[in-house]
Amino acid sequence: MRSRWLVASSFAAMSLMSINTAVAGDLTVSVEVPSLDVAEYHKPYVAIWIENEKGESTNLAVWYQLEERGQKSEKGEEWLKDMRQWWRRIGRETDMPVDGVSGATRAPGKQVVSFTEGKAPLGKLAKGNYVLMVEAAREVGGRELVKVPFSWPAAGEQSAKGSKELGEVKVTVAP
Amino acid sequence: MNTFFKTTLCTALVLCLPLTAQAHRAWLLPSATVLSSDDAWVSIDAAVSNDIFHADHAPMRPDGVVVTAPDGQILQVQNAVTGKYRSVFDVQLPQKGTYKIATASSGLMAMWKTEDGERRMWPGRGEKANPADFDKMVPKKAKDLEVSQFSRRMETFVTSGTPTDTVLKATNQGLELVPVTHPNDLFAGEAATFQFLIDGKPAVGVKVTVIPGGMRYRSKQASIELETDKKGNISVTWPQAGMYWLSAIYRDDKAKKPAKTRSGSYVATFEVLPE
Repeated sequence: MRSRWLVASSFAAMSLMSINTAVAGDLTVSVEVPSLDVAEYHKPYVAIWIENEKGESTNLAVWYQLEERGQKSEKGEEWLKDMRQWWRRIGRETDMPVDGVSGATRAPGKQVVSFTEGKAPLGKLAKGNYVLMVEAAREVGGRELVKVPFSWPAAGEQSAKGSKELGEVKVTVAP
Repeated sequence: MNTFFKTTLCTALVLCLPLTAQAHRAWLLPSATVLSSDDAWVSIDAAVSNDIFHADHAPMRPDGVVVTAPDGQILQVQNAVTGKYRSVFDVQLPQKGTYKIATASSGLMAMWKTEDGERRMWPGRGEKANPADFDKMVPKKAKDLEVSQFSRRMETFVTSGTPTDTVLKATNQGLELVPVTHPNDLFAGEAATFQFLIDGKPAVGVKVTVIPGGMRYRSKQASIELETDKKGNISVTWPQAGMYWLSAIYRDDKAKKPAKTRSGSYVATFEVLPE
């Protein structure tokens, strides 16, 4: 009994630790990629960015197809425009891939990324109100944009839920 | 037939003759207007029909189509095929930026009657006029001679990567649309402003019709009727996402001699994306 408790608590400690590493950044974004019961499933393209009060955007992460048959390839860029709002605000002005922003598509589940203020890609954040934007577009699927307002540098957690292509989107501010 | 009717009929004929295509509705329909690929192509349908974007009447010949690249270079259309109801051709977009895919013509035309009362016209139906032939071919003292200056233009725009505006500059020939709002940055619920020019000057009172595609699946034309203001501007608020056909007609009497009237027709296809 006792040993079982020990095991359980050490597991708890470990998972706590891993959570801590996950939220090490000043700005942590958690995006739930929903698992969908569909005949043809492809992992969605996802773009994560923030907008300030002036409507200026900072590109944080773009998950899309970076390879073809195991080789680096720009072929997957063909569908970047399907993330229409990201494409209008950022994508069409940006030469992809961008180091530290471009990443492979992610499997269904809770995906966590964190960013450090003052460091790329987040950079310096002025005090003020922001909106976290997460847009997903899936091949032979739908498209969805989820917006989560937050303030910098007000510590806290804000979240919103998508309806189909995105699950919970959460932003944790911990300056 | 009263005189008024005769005159209007005549005018209508004169207006329509160089615009045979517009008697029905001619259009260019790009497969996409916003592209992110590194090797971007678009496929264009070209046809003449009554229902917008439903190829059910006649193909439009792709011969006169000119593709202007962002750097001003003229590109060739590729894989052109003319079928029963439509032509199809491809345009490769090797550079980043905005491309113009257009067909345009302008010139003089004349109608008159012979001494026997037979109607004559120059250039003849389906013929291309050589302006140098005007003096030779048109009898200056003919009965009911009407000489007019015409222009027609049909175009669409596509953008690979960042939109640019080099191809949007006016040629200052005939009736043209100069986008104030970029033609590949149109979104449902937003307003777009376009300016019309006639021979490089603001065209006031241009009659503009904007019709959303998908006409076969509704009972109304759902057209938006507009008229340009003193600056030649119109503002359109797109009711929903989709492909739109815009058609404009202009006419005045400020023609260069020997023409007495000046007319222009303009047609464009725009894609409006959902927010």
